[in-house]
Formats: sequence, structure tokens, C-alpha cells
Amino acid sequence: MTETFVAPQVEFAGVSKSYAGGRRVLDSFDLTVAKAEFVTLLGSSGCGKSTVLKLISGLTPPSSGIIRIDGMTPKNARETVSYIFQDATLLPWRTVRQNVGLGLELEGVNGDRRRQKSAALLDLVGLGEVAGAYPRELSGGMKMRVSIARALATSPRLLLMDEPFAALDEMTRDRMNEELLRLREEQQWTAVFVTHSVAEAVFLSTRIAILASNPGRIHTVVPIELPFPRTAALRASPEFAEMALTVSRALREASPP
Amino acid sequence: MRRRLIPLANALGVFAALIFLWQVVLWIFRVPPFMLPSPWAVARAVIARFPALATSLSITAVEAGGGLLASIVAGVVVALIFAQSRWVRRMLYPYTILLQTVPIVAIAPLILMWVGAGAAAVTLIAFIISLAPVIANTTQGLISVDENLVHLFLMHNASPRQLLFKLRLPHAVPSLFVGIRIASGISVIGAITGELYAGSSRVGVGGLGYSILYASSQLQTDYLFALVLAATALGFGFFFIVMFFEWYFLHRWHESARAPETD
Repeated sequence: MTETFVAPQVEFAGVSKSYAGGRRVLDSFDLTVAKAEFVTLLGSSGCGKSTVLKLISGLTPPSSGIIRIDGMTPKNARETVSYIFQDATLLPWRTVRQNVGLGLELEGVNGDRRRQKSAALLDLVGLGEVAGAYPRELSGGMKMRVSIARALATSPRLLLMDEPFAALDEMTRDRMNEELLRLREEQQWTAVFVTHSVAEAVFLSTRIAILASNPGRIHTVVPIELPFPRTAALRASPEFAEMALTVSRALREASPP
Repeated sequence: MRRRLIPLANALGVFAALIFLWQVVLWIFRVPPFMLPSPWAVARAVIARFPALATSLSITAVEAGGGLLASIVAGVVVALIFAQSRWVRRMLYPYTILLQTVPIVAIAPLILMWVGAGAAAVTLIAFIISLAPVIANTTQGLISVDENLVHLFLMHNASPRQLLFKLRLPHAVPSLFVGIRIASGISVIGAITGELYAGSSRVGVGGLGYSILYASSQLQTDYLFALVLAATALGFGFFFIVMFFEWYFLHRWHESARAPETD
């Protein structure tokens, strides 16, 4: 046991969620995520992965149970949280720079600081050149980078990602995964990530929570003890393959045909 | 450049062919001029009576344009109210359908009775007939925002004001223009229909509808044709003005407003 008690950043205690019509999506769900962890929720569709993210962000309330983010209710903790959606969800009428500055603008940060911050983040994701372009001129991967820059602009301590790379081709997805880890190294945020992809989950995570469905619940939690920094070379290593196999097996157990 | 000129040349070719066909019909069937004047007679009428034609055109343009502008303003306001809640929409939407289904020819005499003959009545008719498409399309644009975008705004604790001005309204602009484009055409039809009834408060001077009625009663068929051409040109003019504004506001970011690719 550790000497000092570190309060978990995300805490779910006995959380259940049913939608109107009585469909139960989550059942007595327990999960804790410590600071600087990268936790991935992995499971077949309909297992409530996205619902967990919506609950953390306070976009929907739990039917029962307690959720705490840094000891606060999800709604009160929103300022420390950013959300990255499956689609880039950019505003098409705004330039890339204005899109990145959106969160800061809504929070009332003044123009100069906003521009500085947006420019810095665009450089960080390698899009400094297209700051003045409109979203429709960008490729899918570039749009997703803008979306990530926008999420990071408000300096979040917790990043929620709902299958952010699902729509990208495999090579772009791999690159984005590497880039995401690089950004995490620099900025030290905590992440809760949702995906279907075993390889993606193993590459990114410190822990993978494998979910069973109907109703959604945690089947097993697999710690991924591969050393950081992780690079593209890791994907070719036997350790990675072994880990992926373990996770795939657990996933199969969790979702019987 | 050449590629753009070819469709234009084709359109002009079709026009020339139609004029020629018109003339051929006259030669073969020996139609009397008061039934169908020759293209040259129509052209002569346009030139000879140009001042009167221009006056009628400008009267109708002002009435239709006034009605259209009023319908854009009122339509956006109503759409903003409709966008507030589904409950409001359910309660009030049937009335916008009513607006669309009521035959304008049937209520024109009523309006004439209430407002009196003249430009005000005609503008009101153009306004009523243009309103429904603006309301329907703008409402659709305001409420069809991607749910995730709304979530994104909520995650940053956006106020209802920010949600409206930074998300819903800009998102609705392309649909607003769809509504305005439809409304621009029917505002001209509305104004001319209105003039057939509510014509003019001064004898002998009136918009295109009034002059059409007058020219037909005098069997000035060549001038009647000139007036019909002017009415068509007015509809075209409105359409192109709207297209220009649509391009101006949307071409940087919206797919529909891009210059069409030549294939």
C-alpha cells in the first residue's frame, strides 16, 4: 500500500444509469482514475462507454450513485475538463485559429491571450501554417488535430475522448496516437479514452477497463505495464503483441456472442 | 473562362431558337397581332414605352422588395421564437402552414378592404406570401445543430446567449438563404397578384400587375408581352441579388456556395 493517500481525480461509486423508457445502460459501476493515468474503456458497442464520458462531463446525470471529479460534482468540475468527440465537431464558419480559441472565448478570455494561446497550440499540433484556413479545406486527420488543440487550449487537467480517431485511416490513427502520447508527456493531463480498437487501447493506456454490456459494467481491469515513452517501434515488439492478446481474450470473455 | 462561356452561349442559343420558333408560328398560322404580337412588335413596345415600363417595374420592385425584406426580418424573429422549445413549435407551427395554404387571390380582396388600395396593400400581400418559407427554413437551421456541438458549448459553460449567437444563428445562415431564395421569387408573384386587385391609388399609374390588367383591357398585346418580360426580369433580378448575398456570406466556409466545379 502507498504511504500517502492521493485523492482520485475521477471517482464513480455505485453509479447506475437508465434512460427514459427504462433501458439500463450502466449498473453499479465503480471506477477510479488517479492523476496522470491514461484509462481506456474498451468494449463492444452498446456497453455504455460513451455514457461514462457523458456522466463525467455532467452532460447527463446518473440515475443513482456518486460521481466526483477532483472531489467536485461533474458540473462544477467542468472548467478542468475537456471533451474530444468522435467527429472533429469544428465550427465550419470559423477559421482554424478561431476554432481553437472557442473554449477560451466562451470562458471570457480576452482576444490577445486567446490568439497567443491558439497560436502556441496550433504549433504544438503542427498546424501553425493553416491557422487562417477554414475546416472544409482540411483533411480528416488535420481536423482532428484542430479538435485536440481546441480541447487543450483551456489547459484541462482531465481529457475525455470518445473514439476520437475512429473515422481516420489506420496510418493516420497510429500517428495521432503517438502524437497524443507526446502531448500528454508535455502537459501531464489525465485521460479517459473510449475505443473499440484493442491495439489503440494497449498503445495508449496505463490501464484498460474492459466493459461487458447489457447492462454496462466493468468486466476486468488490465494494467498495461509497457514503459513510457512509447514509440511506433513498440507496436512491433513481442511484449506489445502479448499484451494485445491478453486484452483481446478478456474482451472476448466480456462480450459473449 | 471558356468553360464558363459555353453554357452562357448555349442559353443564348436556346433563347434565339425560341424567338425564331415564335416568328415561325406567326408565319404559319397567321395569328392576328392582338392575339400574339411578333417579337419585333414586342421589342418596339419596350423601346417606345420605356419610361412607363420602367415606372411600373420600379413600383413593383419596391413593393415586392419591401415585402421580402419585411418577411426576412419577421421570419427570423418567428424562427427564433420557434427554436426556443418543441412545445412552442407544436403550438404555433400549424399557423405557418396556414400561411402557406391560404390562397393569396382569395384574401387579397380582404386586405384591400382593410388597408385600402395602393402600395401598402400590395407590400402586405408580398410579405404574407413570402413569410412561410423564411420561417420554415430558418427554424430548421436553428434546431438542426449537431448535438455534440451543443455539448461542446455546454462543457465550456456557455450562456444561452452564446449558444444562440455563436452556434445556432451562424449554423442557420445557409438555411436562411434557402428560405430567402424561395421567398424572393414568390414575393414578386405576390406583388403582381396583389396589384391585379389592389392596383393603384392613382389612375393610369401602377405596378406591373396593374399595367398588365390595363394593357389587356386595351388589347395592347405587344405592351402586355413587354410587361410580362419585365415581370420575369424582376424575378430574375431578385434571384441574382439573393444569390450574390448568399455567395458573399457563405463562400468562404459553406459547400453550397462554392463556385461549381467544371467536370
